[in-house]
Amino acid sequence: MSHVIARLLLGTAIAVTTVSAAAAQDKNVKIGVLTDLSGIYADLAGPGSTLAAQMAVEDSGLKAKGWTIDVISGDHQHKPDIGANLARQWFDREKMDMITDVPNSGVALAVNNVVKEKNGVYINSGGGTSDLTNAQCTPNTIHWTYDTYDLAYGTGTALTKAGGDSWFFLTADYAFGSALERDTTNALTAAGGKVTGSVKHPLNTSDFSSFLLQAQSSGAKVIGLANAGGDTSTTIKQAAEFGISKGQKLAALLLFITDVKSIGLDLAQGLSFTETFYWDLNDGTRAFSKRYAERSKGSAPPTMVQAGVYSGTLHYLKALEAMGGNPHDGAKVVAKMKEMPTDDPLFGKGSIQPNGRKIHPSYLFEVKKPSESKAPWDYYKLVATIPADQAFTPLDKSTCSLLKK
Amino acid sequence: MTTITDNSIPAQTRGTKDEMIAFVIMTALLVAVPFSGLYPFFVMQALCFALFACAFNLLIGYGGLLSFGHAMFMGTAGYVTAHMAKVGTIGFKLPLIGEFMINMGPLSPELSIVFGLIAALVLSVVTGLIAIRRQGIYFAMITLALSQLIFFLYLQTPFTHGEDGIQGIPQGMLFGLFDLSQPITLYYVIMVGFLLGFLIIFRTINSPFGEVLKAIRENEPRAVSLGYKTDQYKLLAFILSGVLAGFAGSLKVFVAQNASLTDVHWTMSGEVVLITLVGGLATLYGPVVGAFVIIAMQQYLAGFGQWVTVIQGVIFVVCVLTFRRGIVGEIAHLFKRSL
Repeated sequence: MSHVIARLLLGTAIAVTTVSAAAAQDKNVKIGVLTDLSGIYADLAGPGSTLAAQMAVEDSGLKAKGWTIDVISGDHQHKPDIGANLARQWFDREKMDMITDVPNSGVALAVNNVVKEKNGVYINSGGGTSDLTNAQCTPNTIHWTYDTYDLAYGTGTALTKAGGDSWFFLTADYAFGSALERDTTNALTAAGGKVTGSVKHPLNTSDFSSFLLQAQSSGAKVIGLANAGGDTSTTIKQAAEFGISKGQKLAALLLFITDVKSIGLDLAQGLSFTETFYWDLNDGTRAFSKRYAERSKGSAPPTMVQAGVYSGTLHYLKALEAMGGNPHDGAKVVAKMKEMPTDDPLFGKGSIQPNGRKIHPSYLFEVKKPSESKAPWDYYKLVATIPADQAFTPLDKSTCSLLKK
Repeated sequence: MTTITDNSIPAQTRGTKDEMIAFVIMTALLVAVPFSGLYPFFVMQALCFALFACAFNLLIGYGGLLSFGHAMFMGTAGYVTAHMAKVGTIGFKLPLIGEFMINMGPLSPELSIVFGLIAALVLSVVTGLIAIRRQGIYFAMITLALSQLIFFLYLQTPFTHGEDGIQGIPQGMLFGLFDLSQPITLYYVIMVGFLLGFLIIFRTINSPFGEVLKAIRENEPRAVSLGYKTDQYKLLAFILSGVLAGFAGSLKVFVAQNASLTDVHWTMSGEVVLITLVGGLATLYGPVVGAFVIIAMQQYLAGFGQWVTVIQGVIFVVCVLTFRRGIVGEIAHLFKRSL
């Protein structure tokens, strides 16, 4: 008798499981673009990132196949606690599946923890900290577009190989600046260059003259700017006033196309730096950028960060399609995303490493002279391409706990 | 005229009675929050800022001292609490003597908070001794300068992780009993912490010490002529305010699970001024209401992007132009009550 009951129970259990598996073919997806809508990254990411995510949803073609995909955006105001709370609220109240963008490293890391706790998907495009795929990596996070290691390594190696083999650093005096200087130094010494000296400046300095004069008198071929944001722009402008760019080469270690626009080609010409995307790179990027610019504010082409949001969202949706439904289980979706090779017209073919690092080629660019620029946003000359397998932190050097089996 | 009538009846008891009734109502509302459908994390965040603003209000509203660097106490206590809860090491590097290191491992929430409070205490004693020697704009500028000093210190020291901040702080078990990773438990713990801090301020304001503070605010030379050592009173108020602001910072660590430079930045010191002015300066409940208004704006208007700051600015201007006493101040004035 008890056997019969056990069989009956087992039968019911199997039936229930099959039913719930069918119910798992849920085709609702919610994507949150957590970005900077009001501060210094509003042009770099901001509303443009939301547009990029929407375009990815349209291009995925899933809506025609009966999926419901919502994209909403929020402003983290550069405050980690606001960003983390907003993310938490999105998961608790809105049943969010995926969060993307998040420029500003502090906020990016805070959101990283929330997404892991809530088992969501986190595709970071705007945040630069390489901690996301090292000490603080999680099974829910993919770091898509760039990181500080990639930019420092690309500029350090490629520029040294192109003849700029002696360097002088202007470093912002805090942990981030030192990290940039350290990563670049490692890259350039490995490529056969040497560092002749460095000087630290306080954060948010308005007068760089004494630092620039030291850099000028050092006689180094390249002056590396291991700083960020307003400091980098100010250094570049003041270096132009001193006529430094005539004799020496300026290399910014963290700079975006929107910074070049705000500095202007007059002052920025000759400047070298690394990015992973430029709108005028090939036919694929041009075609996408044209479509994008028709809808963006001020007809601006996508920045690297916005392109990353598009590409990451598209790959996420491809993974969901391959799974046949949305399991609302972040770690599972991310595992699927890592399994599938990535391919889109913006970043080309690539893959996602086990630590969550998306890899693709990086490019060393030089800012054009005003006379060479033929159109608005025609700013860059491609100097060198760093292949995907070399551009990012080698896996054996990553301190990510997911790699330890 | 009103002052005469106010003084003729025992104002103390009447005012306290109103405040007690309001306290009971506030407590009842807060206890009911988890059943109301309000988002508990929002309320917790607001409560931390409310306590922070109440501590700030103790100094400006009742002592007449505008501190423009109060974020340093909140941020310091937050950083120390976060560090203790996550890592739990104290390391010193003394020139000539050498290095020493105490490793206690990750500490429990209550001990981490105690360390945070000690840090805020030490900082407020040191900064208080320097700052209270001056009044008015000079006091504000000195506190601002000191908090900027502290900001750059935290930008540099390794334990704060610079602009990345301390992330992923374990919430742990309070007293080994309460699991803070449960939102409801965490909410009630934060609520009790807030009410505790609020009661301390309530008691302080309605004590003889509070009366002397108000006397100093109204006319310091007269208070001196009556034989009060005003510097000592001001220092004590400054320390009390600093430690309570620190307590708010320590509690906030367990809500947000991170400690970052935002909390020591001068804009945070500005925000607490805004909260207090909108709610009502020198009213007991003003900062609480102000905190809910401002935090609600930051949270619920986040979708409006750049308009948040504009809306905040407009509200500030409207507040200063039309209801200068702040929300609670105007209500109290209208009903001739003390709130």
